[in-house]
Amino acid sequence: MGTRYFGERVKRNEDPRLLTGRGTFVDDIRLPGMLHGAVLRSPHAHARLLSLDTSKAKTARGVVAVYTRTDLPEHLQQPLPKLIPHYALIHHKTQYALAPEKVRYVGEPVAFVVAESRYLAEDAAELVEVEYEPLPPVVDLTQAAQPNAPLVHEDMGTNVCAHHTQRVGNVEDAFARAAHVFTERFVMDRGTAAPMECRGIVAQWEPKMRQLTVWDSTQAPIPIRNGLARLLGLPQGGVRVIAPDVGGGFGPKIMMFYPEEILVPCAAMQLGRPVKWIEDRRENFVAMNQEREQIHVAAIAVDSDGRILGVRTNFLYDSGAYIPYGIIVPIVASTTLPGPYKIPNYHCEFKAVFTNKTIVSPYRGAGRPHGVFVMERLMDRVAKELRIDRTEVRRRNLIQPHEFPYEVGLIYQDNAPVIYDSGDYPATLAKALQMIGYDMWPERRARYRREGRYVGLGIACYVEGSGIGPYEGARVTVEPSGKVYAATSVGTQGQGHFTSFAQIVADALTVPVEDVVVVTGDTGAFGWGTGTFASRAAVVAGNAVHLAAQAVREKTLKVAATKLEARVEDLELQDGKVFVRGVPGRTMTLAEIAVAANPLRGTIPEGWEQPGLEASRYFAPPRGTFPNGVHACVLEVDVQTGMIKILKYVVVHDCGRVINPLILDGQIHGGVAQGLGGAFYERLVYDEHGQLLTQTFMDYLLPTAMEVPEIEIGHLETPSPLNPLGVKGAGEAGVIPVAALIAQAIDDALMEFGVRIAEMPLSPNRLLEIIQAARKQPAAAS
Amino acid sequence: MKRGRAEGRTIKPRRNSERVASPAERAQITLTINGTRHTADVEVRKTLADFIREEAGLTGTHLGCEHGVCGACTIHLDGQAVRSCLMFAVQAQGAEITTVESLGTPERLHPLQEAFRDHHGLQCGFCTPGILMSTLAFLRESPHPSDEQIREVLSGNLCRCTGYQGIVAAVRDAARRMRGTA
Repeated sequence: MGTRYFGERVKRNEDPRLLTGRGTFVDDIRLPGMLHGAVLRSPHAHARLLSLDTSKAKTARGVVAVYTRTDLPEHLQQPLPKLIPHYALIHHKTQYALAPEKVRYVGEPVAFVVAESRYLAEDAAELVEVEYEPLPPVVDLTQAAQPNAPLVHEDMGTNVCAHHTQRVGNVEDAFARAAHVFTERFVMDRGTAAPMECRGIVAQWEPKMRQLTVWDSTQAPIPIRNGLARLLGLPQGGVRVIAPDVGGGFGPKIMMFYPEEILVPCAAMQLGRPVKWIEDRRENFVAMNQEREQIHVAAIAVDSDGRILGVRTNFLYDSGAYIPYGIIVPIVASTTLPGPYKIPNYHCEFKAVFTNKTIVSPYRGAGRPHGVFVMERLMDRVAKELRIDRTEVRRRNLIQPHEFPYEVGLIYQDNAPVIYDSGDYPATLAKALQMIGYDMWPERRARYRREGRYVGLGIACYVEGSGIGPYEGARVTVEPSGKVYAATSVGTQGQGHFTSFAQIVADALTVPVEDVVVVTGDTGAFGWGTGTFASRAAVVAGNAVHLAAQAVREKTLKVAATKLEARVEDLELQDGKVFVRGVPGRTMTLAEIAVAANPLRGTIPEGWEQPGLEASRYFAPPRGTFPNGVHACVLEVDVQTGMIKILKYVVVHDCGRVINPLILDGQIHGGVAQGLGGAFYERLVYDEHGQLLTQTFMDYLLPTAMEVPEIEIGHLETPSPLNPLGVKGAGEAGVIPVAALIAQAIDDALMEFGVRIAEMPLSPNRLLEIIQAARKQPAAAS
Repeated sequence: MKRGRAEGRTIKPRRNSERVASPAERAQITLTINGTRHTADVEVRKTLADFIREEAGLTGTHLGCEHGVCGACTIHLDGQAVRSCLMFAVQAQGAEITTVESLGTPERLHPLQEAFRDHHGLQCGFCTPGILMSTLAFLRESPHPSDEQIREVLSGNLCRCTGYQGIVAAVRDAARRMRGTA
């Protein structure tokens, strides 16, 4: 089989539509008679709901309905489903469609107003009279874990909902015999994914067909369909969920269920009219899940050469007010931490803690940035204390190419063991060092200092778990028109599935890539699957597409063999036509074969499996596949303002075989931009009352084109042995090591002040504080 | 942080009178969008963005923040790039508006759109219409931009997917193409 498209920088099939304003995002859905919803949200972080009076709101102009919790069916007044249970998650508290007797975070839905326009719905929401009795909120993570803290959920008697430990080897023994032990405390604060499209839902109920159609800006339309069917008492076939064009997801657009995902369909069914709810940005800041708050106390034990004997981390994980998604994020943090290093003895232990803040669920990186921050900062400490070059100390501890598959000894988020499948970590590091010009760095650094400039270099390594199960599927069809359709279970939020999956199919069937129409994110087109998360679409769905396309290819040859009266071995598929080798003129087009494969009369040969040129296949990997990479940068600190400027940024990345380098580079560029935000610009600031102070893009600073540098990318390609295409995931690679990298580069730039960064994100203000504090105590510098 | 540079351009709101209207009061307005005249009776509080999307049915103009920072809703009003979420429709009485739909078609892209496709200047595509309208106005004023100028004008639009690198390359290339076609 030829590979005309696999590995090529193929321009995207979806672009012409998106570039001309012809995309279909949820807010672009307009239906006759459509109503508009607005959610009334709690202004308190923690308060008892004493009374709710909707009478004024109900009589306001244009209002059709106002829902409070007791207006919902009995079972929808209960906590919403537990998404991902875990034996260590003792108190699996989940959110409500509408708040029960008390509210637990600012932004928690209290009432839902449906009116003739969004303007009128918002007017009426202001008329809902709610009486609250404020309770003392628990906002600070450390305080929340204390025994006497106010309780987010009284019946628990504690805010700690999970306590989980994983161990490799004997850490106590390793620490006891180590030449050196270094301990650090690392603080990571909250950020938000901030996709440019906020969330949105449109629901339409057709009573005669008993058919519910929901357009939802979700990353997981199939589980939403399954859950809605169950919650609303409909067969799965009676619910169609479509994630149309989705304007960025990055993790939090997968929840199952956000309250609005229940409220909008419920209202549409009850009112018999389509209902639309579109989240505004202010809502998005409090009502879409957040991430990244953790506090680690970590220690590393090394011998006198800097070889790692053991690592220990004990951390707190802030889950917010509920924990629907379970403990995926802290598990990923603790299992990503070892990275590319040989760590014979490892102890990781965390407590997941409720606070009166917005719910936490995975955001691009999903704990990986935390693990890498801890490990890389510990390695930097070792290098500094032992006066070994920081790249040398890393090199000494890297897993070597001959050691794969490498068993880390931990259990990953998919409940499968963490086994690194393939890679060449020393080569990845060497390439990054070469691209950043590490050999010449001491001289360059000295030159900058002579010029009075504070310039530092950073280098950070990571291994990323990706491509986890359980499975995804695809169906490839050649229609009698000759057009090729591929339906997959995983939706896209900009990752280019319409193109990369089309490339795979086009190669298998030897048709132009533009002629392959990919359908994603529509349960009406494909009904089995889990969703787009954990850098898994290319790996899991990509391989399913590959298997289905290969099956259609085989079927094509089989049918053509019958019709052309030739043996399959003598046939060749080229340019969308089947030829009999050496017999010019005996050919059939894919369209003709598709017609022949679905006859109106006659018989179907036994070996055809099914009618038509169509096949559905599933791919279920045994466990995740592990890409790796190294980021390096040179940055300048303005010690007067605390601003940083990145002078050079390099990514060397190995995600196995590359389907489309254009798309891959874009994933990395975008990931780095988000990583920079999470390292230096973006912080959600809560006050002591649990009020979010950063609720606009003037306060919460997304990196702009002025902050994000040009990024140079180097690729290594070590195929994964775990799937036929040899691919690994790439969605999160850009973001993972950035905070660790920036911290190290800042340390390097400000070496003479003795600055040591132990927190993420920073900000210009915060860095200036750190610089000023360090300058006041020069004695601490060494 | 350089932020919101594109907001430096000012537009003069058109006022029918100095009387303060109540938000839900209605007024009749007529304006031209992509060459088509639209006359409608609207609440005076309706934003221009909502008018374009709901009354004119042109959903290529997107709303990303509704407070004038993200730039996704950027359109041209009498030839100037403005944020349609920061204006009321009634303020655009009599104006000539163009939106992303006035550029190319999927079959025949505008050179700027073509450059975005060639350089992977978009991923999810949500911010893209606003970025196209911002950069189109910019390239008309500055046909020979430096990378620094491109980045500065782009700093008025937020993109969460691309890291801007493909966008900068696209605008650089589009400048060249548009000089050629002009």
